[in-house]
Amino acid sequence: MFNKEYESMEVKKLKELQLERLRWSLKHAYNNVAHYKNAFDKARFNPDKFSSLDDLKHVPFLMKQTMRDSYPYGLFAVPLEKVIRIHSSSGTTGNATVAGYTRNDIEVWAELIARSIVGAGGSEKDIVQDAYGYGLFTGGLGLHYGAEKLGATVIPVSAGNTERQLMLIKDFGTTILVCTPSYAVNMADYAEKKMPDYDFKKTKLKAGIFGAEPWTQSMRKEIENRMGIDAYDIYGLSEVMGPGVSCECSQKSGLHIFEDHFYVEVIDPETGEVLPEGEQGEIVYTSLTKEACPVIRYRSRDITRIYRDSCKCGRTMIKMEKVTGRSDDMLIIRGVNVFPMQIEAVLMEVEGTEPHYQIIVDRKGALDDVEIKVEVNEKIFTDQLGVLKGITERIEQRIRSVLGISAKITLVEPSTLQRSEGKAKRVIDKRNL
Amino acid sequence: MNVTQLSLFLENRPGHLLNALKVMADENINILTLTIAEVSDFGIVRMIVTKPQKAIEALRAHKFVCSPTDVLAIELDDKPGSLLRALEIFAKRNLNIEYMYAFTEKRGDKAVMIFKFSDIETAKKSLLEEGFNVIKKIDLIGE
Repeated sequence: MFNKEYESMEVKKLKELQLERLRWSLKHAYNNVAHYKNAFDKARFNPDKFSSLDDLKHVPFLMKQTMRDSYPYGLFAVPLEKVIRIHSSSGTTGNATVAGYTRNDIEVWAELIARSIVGAGGSEKDIVQDAYGYGLFTGGLGLHYGAEKLGATVIPVSAGNTERQLMLIKDFGTTILVCTPSYAVNMADYAEKKMPDYDFKKTKLKAGIFGAEPWTQSMRKEIENRMGIDAYDIYGLSEVMGPGVSCECSQKSGLHIFEDHFYVEVIDPETGEVLPEGEQGEIVYTSLTKEACPVIRYRSRDITRIYRDSCKCGRTMIKMEKVTGRSDDMLIIRGVNVFPMQIEAVLMEVEGTEPHYQIIVDRKGALDDVEIKVEVNEKIFTDQLGVLKGITERIEQRIRSVLGISAKITLVEPSTLQRSEGKAKRVIDKRNL
Repeated sequence: MNVTQLSLFLENRPGHLLNALKVMADENINILTLTIAEVSDFGIVRMIVTKPQKAIEALRAHKFVCSPTDVLAIELDDKPGSLLRALEIFAKRNLNIEYMYAFTEKRGDKAVMIFKFSDIETAKKSLLEEGFNVIKKIDLIGE
């Protein structure tokens, strides 16, 4: 553990710490951000009288839309001279959301990333290749500062130029790769196709810390097998901090949330009601120590479950399951809730199908029509038409039985679906056009 | 003796076969015969070409999915009933044909058919014993 005192703190003490920090955070937000003052007043919530963690359920949620409407600095709780860094979401689905960090915020963030790297088996002896995008996106610089804080050697290569990434892994003796999981798959593909002599097993690469987009267990297995590494999930969102809100440990069963800095609740996304621990719903974040941009009950839209177990790694911090989807990624197809991740899991399960796919939803008459385009690769290609047809039928049948929807599977030529070195575009929903 | 057939995956859409053929033309590869098996939205193009390995490398470099498949080129008399007699022998020998297609050019007075057998080695052995002329790769595509 990077910070044993906090990471393995007795749960009772941890909750006392959370309460104390939460009281500060609520007052800080109320006193310095107009939005929180108005929202708390309207809900007749007085942060001075806050006395129990349970009381948080009376506090109004912070919605993504409010963040967008506050563009750029509307939710900052400190003057800009205290802010030493700005990050921003890509804003592909509306106005970008902006996050500011004080010097202390950056310190905390770096520590949480350092904890995450240690959770993935890293130490100051490791060479960390940071292939997340550097820039406004939180991934690149977030991991960079955390790896430095740990004292590891950082290779700040940023995303892209796959051939150079592979060369650096080999030549610089990279031991830990950090990037998006889809980019890791891209790298493995590239090595296989373009660099037939490249053997991951002959490099020093031992682990990968992958995040910034949801990924499945089967994708984990694929990356682990192809790269000969252990793959760990890191989770975070720029609205709350960036990567490092939670991270997997050696057990790879659930991500420990760094509860000394974040208080989490899981709610029913329909009613907003807080669900008991262990139930699946939307996870809601409250920052406990953030100075520049405190977030109070931020609705992440990420669907997961939180639970506390006695983890063999010794950390006492509550766990969240790998995020299985986002409430706003959720497709409602003929009345059935479908997450792209579920479709991905089916594709991975059918042998040899790599997750290069795109889901296209359209409306034919009154009915939703789903087509899933899957790229053919050398592994599944066969000279026998019947076998290829059989693969599409098997996927269709599995999707029907697992998800309860019927979808048409279309095999397409390789590299025809949009690729990305950042986040993958998996869904095209034509119904609203 | 096995002939290397090139099998290529293509979407069943305008221009896609054209793109593949352009890649081969640019590499100066000659197509000796070609057949397409298709379902509604994709197909497999099967070709006998002059430089199969080079063709595969060029197509892969252009992001096509393709693979080499071993087939047999068998000489038959170009007369009524000769294919029938060949198939009778295949049946007797319990050889399963996955697919077959004809060669465009005649060799003298003989026709050439391409056969993809489930078990190529057994098929070859049986056919030679039955006195078929299984054409050597070099006689068919050169090099």
